[in-house]
Amino acid sequence: MSVTTDNTQPVRQHLIDPEVCIRCNTCEETCPVDAITHDGRNYVVKFEVCEGCMACVPPCPTGAIDSWRNVDPATPHTLADQYAWDVLPDTTELDQLEASTGGAAATPAEVREITERATAGHGGPALAPWSAAHPYVNLYTPERPVTATVSGNHRLTAEDASNEVHHIVLDFGATPFPVLEGQSIGIIPPGTDAQGKPHLLRMYSVASPREGERPGYNNLALTIKRVTHDHEGQPAPGVASNYMCDLKKGDPVRVTGPYGSAFLMPNHPGASIMMICTGTGSAPMRAITERRRRRMHLKEPGELLLFFGARSPGELPYFGPLQKLPESFIDINLAFSRVPGEPRKYVQDCVRERADKVLQWLNNDNCYIYVCGLKGMEAGVIEAFRDICRAAGSDWDALRPRLLEQGRFHIETY
Amino acid sequence: MIDYNERIPNNVNLSENKTLQRALEQWQPSFLQWWGDMGPDGSTDYDVYLRTATSVDPKGWAHFDYVKMPDYRWGIFLAPQEGTRKIHFGEHKGQDAWQEVPGEYRSTLRRIIVTQGDTEPASVEQQRHLGLTAPSLYDLRNLFQVNVEEGRHLWAMVYLLHAYFGRDGREEGEALLERRSGDADNPRILTAFNEKTPDWLSFFMFTFITDRDGKFQLASLAESAFDPLARTCRFMLTEEAHHMFVGESGVARIIQRTCEVMQQLRTDDPIKLRAAGVIDLPTLQKYLNFHYSVTSDLYGAEISSNAATYYTTGLKGRFEEGKLDDDHALQDSHYEITDVEGDRIVKRAVPALSALNDRLRDDWIRDVQSGVDRWNRIPVKYGVDFQFTLPHKGFNRRIGIFTDLHVSPAGELLSGVEWTRQHQHWLPTEEDRLYVHSLMGPCLTPGKFANWIAAPGRGINNQPVDFEYVRFN
Repeated sequence: MSVTTDNTQPVRQHLIDPEVCIRCNTCEETCPVDAITHDGRNYVVKFEVCEGCMACVPPCPTGAIDSWRNVDPATPHTLADQYAWDVLPDTTELDQLEASTGGAAATPAEVREITERATAGHGGPALAPWSAAHPYVNLYTPERPVTATVSGNHRLTAEDASNEVHHIVLDFGATPFPVLEGQSIGIIPPGTDAQGKPHLLRMYSVASPREGERPGYNNLALTIKRVTHDHEGQPAPGVASNYMCDLKKGDPVRVTGPYGSAFLMPNHPGASIMMICTGTGSAPMRAITERRRRRMHLKEPGELLLFFGARSPGELPYFGPLQKLPESFIDINLAFSRVPGEPRKYVQDCVRERADKVLQWLNNDNCYIYVCGLKGMEAGVIEAFRDICRAAGSDWDALRPRLLEQGRFHIETY
Repeated sequence: MIDYNERIPNNVNLSENKTLQRALEQWQPSFLQWWGDMGPDGSTDYDVYLRTATSVDPKGWAHFDYVKMPDYRWGIFLAPQEGTRKIHFGEHKGQDAWQEVPGEYRSTLRRIIVTQGDTEPASVEQQRHLGLTAPSLYDLRNLFQVNVEEGRHLWAMVYLLHAYFGRDGREEGEALLERRSGDADNPRILTAFNEKTPDWLSFFMFTFITDRDGKFQLASLAESAFDPLARTCRFMLTEEAHHMFVGESGVARIIQRTCEVMQQLRTDDPIKLRAAGVIDLPTLQKYLNFHYSVTSDLYGAEISSNAATYYTTGLKGRFEEGKLDDDHALQDSHYEITDVEGDRIVKRAVPALSALNDRLRDDWIRDVQSGVDRWNRIPVKYGVDFQFTLPHKGFNRRIGIFTDLHVSPAGELLSGVEWTRQHQHWLPTEEDRLYVHSLMGPCLTPGKFANWIAAPGRGINNQPVDFEYVRFN
């Protein structure tokens, strides 16, 4: 059995046909992100920079610009390769496959970095469930963001809670912004940083289901915690989170994305979903739960199992609405680590408490597992899985690759 | 009643500028009359698959559809304004770019614009008979595309004359339609634009070499302190690129066809190749020498006080001025030109300001050379032992230092006698021209190409090569 999943999907690399190009410089002049450059021989496209926006394609007098090859994103044609070409490289078997458009660079660098960190737990993005809906990604770039309007902003956590978490609703009006549960969007805070550069985008998971926070409306919800201190406890106001939490109804917000094509929910009836989260990691879980809640009347088979950790009930986003969901719909397990007079309980402790059910789900091909929250929880949860398997005489390290191969195991931790 | 705002795609708020609108209303019938008289011969009813600019954004200016050329929407487009642009060279460096013409530069700027504008209708006139002998529908379409875009460039210059030069400008606008290429009494302003473009080889050489002079002139005017001129030229450059594509790929396809036949017949004998109906490579080299040297004259004298004044006053910059790293004033710098000292050709450093013509010529030479380098890949690919070379700067010149001298392509100074004896090896002879002329004849079946030229690798706008690029009605 192979140990890792081969999740290398080819990407389309934008190239310029050196045989046809006349070096008129129009493309270099036109490119909005300076992805095109040249030497004395050839005009070339920087793989990491090109967003596949196609602005250069119509103005090219020769058609040389409209050249594409599918490549392994890890080994694109380098600039040195491209400078040396007399003709384009031959097509390969990769060109027969469907590739994501725009090359790897369609995803902004910061999004790729964050995604890499968030999914490092299982070695990069896993495969999506086979019944996941096809996601739209990178519709809006940092250079050409869409402007959404705040249509709601309220505090989710109790006034006396140490954490201030907001539920913010953004409306896109007539601009298409299709998202799926589990996807993220980018927010570009206005203004510039200390170096005078525009702020980098920040990513937030969507907390509402695909048909909108309000069904039939072109809007979505975010769950955002106001950051006031860094990991060491030093005062450090987060630029984006403070900006977002302070927004008023009607304020414009620059949004990029959507992002994410792996952390997606299965759609086939009978699929069960295990959700393990802490804090604002609950955002995608809320989206998934809400999607299923709205379909409750269809009485589709498939269960929901939630492990949700917070310091105290007052700091648990969506605590109120959760309590109202029927037990037959969702099996809720809450862990509070800072309730006075009670022992500290973490989310992995809950997982261990439900070892029998968890084991059964791990071995059921129709069960899909999602983990989202702070980086610290990830190791604890994996350790709990390992222990549960060991106690039952099975091997987590053998099971895990199978989960990944089947698109049944997804981690996003920060 | 014509809605000019609708009829003339523009981004200059034409509908709100009544004076300009009236001026263009008067000029447009004259332009259409000129197009009818001097535009492509007999082409009025053809439906041509043309690219029309309908706005300046990348998507807007490459709209493809069938158009009858007299109905082509000649638009007025300026590249978008970039904030408050500053003058970035010369004695006004650092000041705001001019949105109106300063009185002291009025006549000079007008002359620059008229000289540039005059080349646009001139080349349409030079090329007006070529449609009758097109080697393919694809090439015919490319010719017409070049022609309508030259027409649009004329519109661009006339717009500047009308909008910024008042009555003088309007009169110049009329005069642009009255001069005629090659006319003894009222010729076009520049010599190269009074030469004939008698055959398709000349057309391809012209678009490759002479339109490239246009590129460099436009590029240096795109740096101008007079912002409307800079923005007009900036947008024209995007279209100029197509013309050079037509030329470079046209000659490349001729070279390819000749090499194919050389490979088939296993010969490099021009007589056998001519018998096989292709243009031998030495003849192509002669055409290259001719067009290169004639176009070289367009840059003017190597040492020029006019060029220095244009630069210092901010009217005309250097090629890619904005990307150059120096003081952008050039008062103390030098530039090396090629000069003649007694019986020797030497390099000599002169004040950089006075050598700006030659500097622009050198930029152009580098650009031509890189195109020639790409042509040279073709014989290599076919295993043919032949490489094209550019002749020496002093070869066959009529303007500047070399005017009265005879210089071989290799750069040796020759006596008049030696030149007379040798020049037919370097420049097309009457016999060469007659041979090329004998090959010209229409080949208008979609997907078919005349025997002397290869099919292109790609069609226009991703259409197939055998697409019906022109429909005759």
